[in-house]
Amino acid sequence: MKKTPAPIVVKGTFKLKSGLADMLKGGVIMDVVNVEHAKIAEDAGAVAVMALERVPSDIRAMGGVARMSDPKMIKGIQSAVTIPVMAKCRIGHFVEAQVLEALAVDFIDESEVLTPADEQFHISKENFTVPFVCGARDLGEALRRISEGAAMIRTKGEAGSGNIVEAVRHIRAMQAGITELVDLLKKKNTKKLQTLAREYRVSYELVLKVVKLGRLPVVNFAAGGIATPADAALCMQLGVDGVFVGSGIFKSSNPKKTARAIVDSVAHFNDAKKIALASEDVGEAMKGQEISALQTRLASRGI
Amino acid sequence: MRSLTVGVLALQGDVSEHIEATKSAGTLLKIPITVISVRIAGDLETLDALIIPGGESTTLQKLCEREGMFQKMKKVKNIFGTCAGAILLAKEVLHKTSDQKTLALMNIEVDRNAYGRQNESFERVIETEFGQMNAVFIRAPKIRTVGKKLKVLARNGTEIVACEERDGGRYYLATCFHPEYTSGAFHKYFLEQTLREVVG
Repeated sequence: MKKTPAPIVVKGTFKLKSGLADMLKGGVIMDVVNVEHAKIAEDAGAVAVMALERVPSDIRAMGGVARMSDPKMIKGIQSAVTIPVMAKCRIGHFVEAQVLEALAVDFIDESEVLTPADEQFHISKENFTVPFVCGARDLGEALRRISEGAAMIRTKGEAGSGNIVEAVRHIRAMQAGITELVDLLKKKNTKKLQTLAREYRVSYELVLKVVKLGRLPVVNFAAGGIATPADAALCMQLGVDGVFVGSGIFKSSNPKKTARAIVDSVAHFNDAKKIALASEDVGEAMKGQEISALQTRLASRGI
Repeated sequence: MRSLTVGVLALQGDVSEHIEATKSAGTLLKIPITVISVRIAGDLETLDALIIPGGESTTLQKLCEREGMFQKMKKVKNIFGTCAGAILLAKEVLHKTSDQKTLALMNIEVDRNAYGRQNESFERVIETEFGQMNAVFIRAPKIRTVGKKLKVLARNGTEIVACEERDGGRYYLATCFHPEYTSGAFHKYFLEQTLREVVG
């Protein structure tokens, strides 16, 4: 008897990785440090949570080496919510990434918020089934991370600062980089495009792909310093696909209201009346700091 | 020729992919199509059809409810839901959160995140009414049971992964996977069915 071969099931493809990022678009991903936080985030309408032991502002306050979270804490959050659970590993620490993959987290953030483990290399992300998101300050950084297999990009901003200025700088820098490429192709200046590809240390094909799309070839979120509903909507109007909020929610005076207000403002980012309504009476936002007053600049880690 | 006004729920999820797929299907069918990004209840009033994209079903439900959209969504006569959209169409949902509600329009029982977490997400060539196609399942739900009047449109092995329901001038289509990535067939078929319901 002839048997037709069973269709092959494939897992861990780039389409599946970037596809999960697509499903998060228009959403808010919230840092949570315990089950109670995770439930508040899910109830508010977060599309995913980032499980970590301390939010970035506390990591700053604590000092010392910041590492991957305790697997027990991550498992606790996985069993408490039904939305995707992300977790952070140190830049270049591929064993922390292996551990997080073994825990079946839905997305890994190779994050500058933790102390980098490797000053030369990021993780080769194509070796993993789990998708990765990486921070970037400009187009070159974003494209290097995509070359390494990142399925999603976020701005670095300055995590834990409560100050949106760095995230805005990074969104604008990425867009300026893309505009430059598009203009060069219009002028048929392929020589300069090739030079830029070399400067960015990425393939010419990837540069051409960006030109063709007029945007990054993966989803791009804002992160680092978002503290209010208006901050989140500002990033959305500047063109990102969604936002990460770290310290901004659980360092505010009313996390439940702030979480919901930011979710609503991202969904209706072009509707100022709705942002006004969402912002009403949410209480005190996290305090925040001038960037010049920060002891450690996280964004310059792992470029 | 009559034109169609198709809304894509645009509060969260893979909205742009569905807008593109819908426009391409309209071009293939040579029918003029207006695609509207639906963000507020008022956007639903003029629609011939609505597409609910993939995304996070709990988030989509909460945003729709806060917007007071549920009743108006139920009035749209032709609805196509993929993944999270299929969950929103279902009358019964397994593994839902305590406060999760749906539009409860289709006689299907859907199991949320039935395959597991992202590490269980997969691609596979499946059999459909429109031939074989590569299907992308991302933290996908399973359709456990369907009502008697429903027609199955695709299976993954023995599992139902796409079905349709006609109910007195109403038409609903649900898929567990994401045809917007790999095939225009489902969007084209949905527009054809909408056209049939609208023009008669």
